[in-house]
Amino acid sequence: MTPAGIEEQKGTPAEKRAAWLLLSPALGAIGLFFAVPLIAALLLSLTDFDIYALADPRNTRFVGAGNYARLLSDPLFWKVLRNTLVFVAVGVPLTLAASLGGALLVHSKLARWRGLFRTIFFAPVVTTLVAVAVVWRYLYHPRYGLINQMLGFVGLPPIDWLGDPAWATVAITLLAVWRSFGYGLVIYVVGLQSIPVSLYEAAQLDGASPWRQLRNITLPLMVPTTLFVGVLTTVGLFQIFAEPYVMTRGGPLYATTSITLLMYQQGFRWWNLGNAAAIAFVLFALIIAATGLQVLVRGRKSA
Amino acid sequence: MSRRRWGVSRRRWGILAVNGALLLLAVLTALPLLWMISASLMPAGEAMTLPARLLPSRPTLEHYGVLFNRLALGRTFANTLLLASMVTGVSLLCNSMAGYAFAKLRFRGRDRLFALLLATLVVPPQVTVLPLFLEIRALGLVNSFGGILVAGIATVFGIFLVRQFAQGIPDELLDAARLDGASEWRIYWSVVLPLLRPILITLGVFTFLTSWNDFMWPLIVLTDESKYTLPVALANLSGEHVQDTELMMAGAVVTVLPGLLLFLAVQRQYIEGITMGSVKE
Repeated sequence: MTPAGIEEQKGTPAEKRAAWLLLSPALGAIGLFFAVPLIAALLLSLTDFDIYALADPRNTRFVGAGNYARLLSDPLFWKVLRNTLVFVAVGVPLTLAASLGGALLVHSKLARWRGLFRTIFFAPVVTTLVAVAVVWRYLYHPRYGLINQMLGFVGLPPIDWLGDPAWATVAITLLAVWRSFGYGLVIYVVGLQSIPVSLYEAAQLDGASPWRQLRNITLPLMVPTTLFVGVLTTVGLFQIFAEPYVMTRGGPLYATTSITLLMYQQGFRWWNLGNAAAIAFVLFALIIAATGLQVLVRGRKSA
Repeated sequence: MSRRRWGVSRRRWGILAVNGALLLLAVLTALPLLWMISASLMPAGEAMTLPARLLPSRPTLEHYGVLFNRLALGRTFANTLLLASMVTGVSLLCNSMAGYAFAKLRFRGRDRLFALLLATLVVPPQVTVLPLFLEIRALGLVNSFGGILVAGIATVFGIFLVRQFAQGIPDELLDAARLDGASEWRIYWSVVLPLLRPILITLGVFTFLTSWNDFMWPLIVLTDESKYTLPVALANLSGEHVQDTELMMAGAVVTVLPGLLLFLAVQRQYIEGITMGSVKE
């Protein structure tokens, strides 16, 4: 960014006028359809806005932190929060491992057809989540699904992927990892390409094995990229919605109900918009916490 | 280079291990999509057998026929295409105007305003979706494409991406155009826009794919089946037709394939453009 203020002063009046004209459609849209709803959401979360208020807004009452207090005493909300933490706890390490592992392979000097492999790994990222969730539902079929048949092929017992509450969260997380690891992979590849070749050349002169080069040069230099991909993945998993909506409807026994699914059900099925807005703000707080943690860790590293 | 020290056979094993691992990961990644296509071509009932079939015994397009004739998915397809194109066109125009202004025009408060916009990236869409629905409802846009469109007119990510790219345009070029007497709008339209072409292609594909794949907002706004987009229609169908595996796979192919082909057509430029947006702070 330019030194604050000085550069900005140089604009001619015509330039300034043009700037505001060019900005106005985008800023207008963002103001009207983002900023206004953002403020309204905060107010909404402090009211009991429900289906009666939908019919006549005068039925709305201010309840202060009532929605938040009720959430915190609702066992279902805690269950949903725990589900979401399971998505993150299982999904983030798996995504990071698949992204970094794939990136190291694609980036390796020994690899052939790098472009082709990179394209294949990235392809799931551009697929429609709803469609691939439908596909994976059949892959997870306890009897006929390809995944259990492959497990059987190597002698493992079948798993009731979507019927068993303990496995259902894992099953949904695996789909999420499959769909998004390619994105982390290409970011890692950019990171790997930015490491100066001279570092490896010097290490080779010192007789360091490829394994030691990986441990002492590559991995330490990938820490910032890992933080970035980690936060991106965490934020994505916090917002899981289409997967449980299509595959399990949040079941069995609410085992796969995510925060966003709960918010959707509260808001658009039961029309408890005030309550749903409070859920959305809890999600917002979690995302800020995850992002803040990254900034904190990064700050400590560079300090 | 000290390759020799590791020996030729050791290097050969290395090549084998690296490419073998790549191949395994690639097969695992591609398998769900390949199975989806294969199963969509199988006669009814063949996708769910023991042991599993990987290829159809006799390929058939009957499920695609059912989708487009009986379930009228052609209309849904057209809806999705129209919406994604509209959102892409409108947002490219708005984002490129704003991105260029932030990058190249000098006005007071520019950097502070841009920083404020960037800060909003941390807000998840879930927060604004509820009041936005009430807003759409007040505007009479529920169950209309307009209701979908307004949420995508401009995006901070798009403005950011254009700005990053537009900063590379030399000031001299713009000043020369000004000396020639070109109006500021003319400069944007005839000088800047052609130069932004590469990033606009990337951003356009990204926006199109995002809109094509979008689920939650169309699910909320569109109430009438004749207005559904593919993801909404597919989620709906998958509830009614759980047993019709092959039919559902055909539906998934129709939904996934256009985006996948679009990506494959521009993949190199696309991946580079998207990572540029994420890696630079």
